[in-house]
Amino acid sequence: MTLRKTLLRGLLPVSAVLLAVVAASLLLGAGDVGPARAAAVLLGGADGDADARFTVLELRLPRTAVAVAVGAALGVAGAVLQATARNPLAEPGLLGVSAGASFAVVLAIVLGASATTVGPYAAVLGAAAGCLLALGAARLRGAGDDPVRLVLAGAAFSGMVGAASSVLLLVNQRASDEIRFWTVGSVVGRGTDDLMAVLPVLLLGLAAAAAVSPALSSLALGDDVATGLGHRPRRVRAVAVTSVALLVGGATAVAGPVAFVGLVVPFAARALVGPDLRRLLGVSVLLGPAVVLLADVVSRLVVRPYEMPLGVMTALFGAPVLVAVVRSSRLPSL
Amino acid sequence: MNAVTPATATAPAPVAAPEFGLGAGAGAEDAGGAHRLRTEALTLAHGRTPVVRELDVELPPRRVTAIVGPNGCGKSTLLGGLARLLEPRGGSVLLDGRALSSVSTREVARVIGLLPQSATAPDGLTVRDLVRYGRRPHQGLLRQWSRADAEAVEAALDAADLHELADRPLETLSGGQRQRAWIAMAVAQDTDILMLDEPTSALDIGHQLEVLEMVRSLAARGRTVVLVLHDLTTACRYADHMLAMLDGRVVAQGAPAQIMTSALVRTLYGVESTILTDPVHGTPVVCPTGLAASPGPAADGANGTDSGGS
Repeated sequence: MTLRKTLLRGLLPVSAVLLAVVAASLLLGAGDVGPARAAAVLLGGADGDADARFTVLELRLPRTAVAVAVGAALGVAGAVLQATARNPLAEPGLLGVSAGASFAVVLAIVLGASATTVGPYAAVLGAAAGCLLALGAARLRGAGDDPVRLVLAGAAFSGMVGAASSVLLLVNQRASDEIRFWTVGSVVGRGTDDLMAVLPVLLLGLAAAAAVSPALSSLALGDDVATGLGHRPRRVRAVAVTSVALLVGGATAVAGPVAFVGLVVPFAARALVGPDLRRLLGVSVLLGPAVVLLADVVSRLVVRPYEMPLGVMTALFGAPVLVAVVRSSRLPSL
Repeated sequence: MNAVTPATATAPAPVAAPEFGLGAGAGAEDAGGAHRLRTEALTLAHGRTPVVRELDVELPPRRVTAIVGPNGCGKSTLLGGLARLLEPRGGSVLLDGRALSSVSTREVARVIGLLPQSATAPDGLTVRDLVRYGRRPHQGLLRQWSRADAEAVEAALDAADLHELADRPLETLSGGQRQRAWIAMAVAQDTDILMLDEPTSALDIGHQLEVLEMVRSLAARGRTVVLVLHDLTTACRYADHMLAMLDGRVVAQGAPAQIMTSALVRTLYGVESTILTDPVHGTPVVCPTGLAASPGPAADGANGTDSGGS
């Protein structure tokens, strides 16, 4: 596929969708400020409407920015993790990477740390641990042949870590309100400060993913072929896992565990531009935000005037995709 | 088939296809400038078990070398060692006199191209996409895709006769076409030395010939090619130089017509055989006749005759 085809089939339509969803995110909400008032604020004609200005500029705009950052991180992390595990089901949420990250944050909070400052680093460490455990389990005898086994190992690990988080929730009543946020992903009430705290982590993760993508895509031809082409498979995997840990850790620190995005986004991107990892990453970095934002917008509208947590929404979207992928006569080999 | 005559086992078959022959120092002078690869007391191991033991071999430049031998004799392991997939347990692999392990893997990738058996491709990868991977060693952060890369890819597609199939996904091709695409990737890498691990296994004879003719034409254009092959007759037909391995050691090396004897076949495989001469190309043809009574180099009396099996 040529660069032009990649643009036409992947980047342009996905960019258009992303722009549309960003607009929807700014215009639509669970509260009283409707599309007309919100549009007036955006077009600069609502100086007297302080209520609408606050809602759009102080609530929806930061929330949209957070969702875009989280979506980009999770979409790219999913594509990188799938390429690293050579498994189309390898998704940070399903493999327990997100669960590891959120458990680490919960632990840090219980131990008295502040979620905003320490959270990102704890989350990155937790994500790295989850990543290594999942990939380690995948390397056990026989598991490499069956993509579904990796997901089973991840589910077991997620369950274990989730139980540990619940124990902490019971033991430490004081922190439980803060902790509850980390058990289901959400971008509600997340502001610019939270985003700024994780932005360096996310950018570093994106840079690492971009830098490692040519070598990582060679690993799809087999370790020996990749070595023959002048790559060092172990080092490449180490960088890839680091990038996943940074991206998922950063995303989880700001939005809690959001599952299925890393599954759905690379899956759709592959259908658009084919298996080449660099093109996949280019599309995923735009499609991820579109998917997360769409889920967030829908989560505001389905149970108005209340909101459904984002993590619940992505699971509602994503679980059917997982079932479809597993049930398809033959899993695509990566 | 009446032109086929049994060759005597003790005297080497006198006929060698002239265009393939390493004969009488022909290779020595015109090899100037080519990269040279040899091993010195090379020992390779999987885990604790040594698989290749203290081997001294040299690849004749700009020739096709075939490594043959029974299953588990260390053929593929030797190839892996030559291609730096395995660290030497002892001794060394020398590329132009430098230890291969001391050269950066990227630099090696510009001299040695490799097609291992473990090659796999993701679904949907097209032939051209695959061949483009071969240009990776020539690219970097500062040196992106260039005209030279594009030309090398087109030349490799030409060499493999894959132009019409260039935009097809690999999984839609026949086994022989797919194998040619993989070799084209290694060809696009544009290395002096090319290593292919059993490139013809699981192919029917038509597809085998496609691949091996391609190998010959690469050598004709000045590449040094090393192949692991299972079939002795094919190896004799297409290689200039043969390394026959048993238990991690080279038991015979040289031009096929000189080393291929029924004694060697018995040593390697425990099989009695008659060595004939290919009526068209003059290369040795190995006709197995039955299992040897006891494997190993036994009495030479039965050479070239039908031992009747058992």
